[in-house]
Amino acid sequence: MFSIYFKEINAFFSSLIGYLVIGVFLVSIGLFMWVFSDTSVLDYNFATMDQLFSIAPLVFLFLIPAVTMRSFAEEKAKGTIEFLYTKPLTTFEIILGKYFANFTLVIFALLPTLVYYYSVYQLGSPVGNLDSGAIIGSYIGLFFLAGAFVAIGMLASTLTNNQIIAFILGAFLCFFFHWAFSYIARMPVFTTTFDLFIQKIGINYHYTSISKGLVDSRDIIYFISIIFVFLYATVSVLERRS
Amino acid sequence: MSVIVQGLSKHFGTQKAVDNLSFEAHPGQILGFLGPNGAGKTTTMKMLCCYTEPTEGTASVEGYDIKTSPLLVRKQIGYLPEHNPLYEEMYVKEFLQFVASIHRIENKVARITDIIEMTGLGKEQNKIIGTLSKGYRQRVGLAQAIIHDPKVLILDEPTSGLDMNQLLDIRSLIKELGKEKTVIFSSHIMQEVQALCDRVVIINNGNLVADESIDTLRNRMEGNRSVRVEFAQKNFSTTMFNGLKNVIDVRKEGEEIIFTIKGNEDIRAEIFNFAVANQLTLLEMKTDKANVEDIFRKLTKSTIDV
Repeated sequence: MFSIYFKEINAFFSSLIGYLVIGVFLVSIGLFMWVFSDTSVLDYNFATMDQLFSIAPLVFLFLIPAVTMRSFAEEKAKGTIEFLYTKPLTTFEIILGKYFANFTLVIFALLPTLVYYYSVYQLGSPVGNLDSGAIIGSYIGLFFLAGAFVAIGMLASTLTNNQIIAFILGAFLCFFFHWAFSYIARMPVFTTTFDLFIQKIGINYHYTSISKGLVDSRDIIYFISIIFVFLYATVSVLERRS
Repeated sequence: MSVIVQGLSKHFGTQKAVDNLSFEAHPGQILGFLGPNGAGKTTTMKMLCCYTEPTEGTASVEGYDIKTSPLLVRKQIGYLPEHNPLYEEMYVKEFLQFVASIHRIENKVARITDIIEMTGLGKEQNKIIGTLSKGYRQRVGLAQAIIHDPKVLILDEPTSGLDMNQLLDIRSLIKELGKEKTVIFSSHIMQEVQALCDRVVIINNGNLVADESIDTLRNRMEGNRSVRVEFAQKNFSTTMFNGLKNVIDVRKEGEEIIFTIKGNEDIRAEIFNFAVANQLTLLEMKTDKANVEDIFRKLTKSTIDV
């Protein structure tokens, strides 16, 4: 597993992908937080990081499938998957190695935003006048959200050997599992019957819940299960090869 | 021990890519795995490397069954796939380090240096794989297959697309490796198999058509030389030719009489003289020059026509 992990990490940082992902993430988040006047903290009059945590899922929606699309689609297209399968590695080891490598890259993109936290902290009046508890909770939420999106993106990547299809499929699945359920729940058919239940299937419900600074074990278990379900699906797709 | 294949079959839908195949390969022996394109060579090799699962039957590698302990089988095998897929964006050394770490090789650096030396990659070791020529890519493929010093080597058309010099280099390396390892080596080129292998397994349409030593095959080839003769007279017994020298067998095939000849003797003049002496009118006479190609074609053609 570690050999795959380090190989993937090396691949990210010896090519442009790694730097591009980190750069694009920080620039887009930075623009929303500091530059665009609609959402800028500087014009907001409150010391808060809500902008980051509401924009980040949207940026992840495009960025994570872009990271994960190559995981298996590229290996299948180039035939190197045959190389991996004929080495003494289990399918699960290959998937976990790649999963953690993708996840690490996303976390690397997320880490520098701690500088934003420090800036907002210093800008508060008095200094440090911000809801640190909610921010820690939100970071935990983003951490798990990234984990779930990476798992979803990897499943999309196993379904095809075309990276573009893997990207579109991954982005769609992420969108569907994150937002769609909250909207489906609002359909009149489900009101007062299944609406809460349907909302709870979606990722958004649990992400918002953690973002409030309320780290509930049920939400954590939800995220771990969704990651597990998608990774398990990835294993089954890969093992179904003829 | 080594590689034992028992009744291996692989069906893709109704098509039988490999059909009830059985053979064995032993250490210190290079086994040529021969067949026309689409005969099932690659499928068989993929099954041996646990890449695809057989529909029926099984095989064992160094005593481990491919169905029940695929990971242990893969540890014993060095496999060079047909299209030699490599990570093109990696450096040669980086790639070999990656493979070495998959195999958890101790003393990686020394082993990689050895392997680079063995495969003649010295000059190219600091290049990106994607920039290498076909011959060097093939060497990298071979290097990754032998880096963990496997007991069994499975090479799927390792020499296809190489120029003459590269071909000879790779062949001598395979020959060297074959001294202590079990090597299964596929090809559709007969001369190559003749030059390298100790034993030959020929398959066609997924079926075994020959499994014999290269010497037996060569003898069979020589025994098969024959002369086809057509006479104007049709009604006579073939026994009248019994007196001819160097003729092993005489038989009638349609209008023609076929003389099977011992060794490489030329008996055309004798047949002519014999015909004149017995007042037979000779209409046509031609020699069948049987070579390995012919045997290969003969063995693999019958099933194609069906």
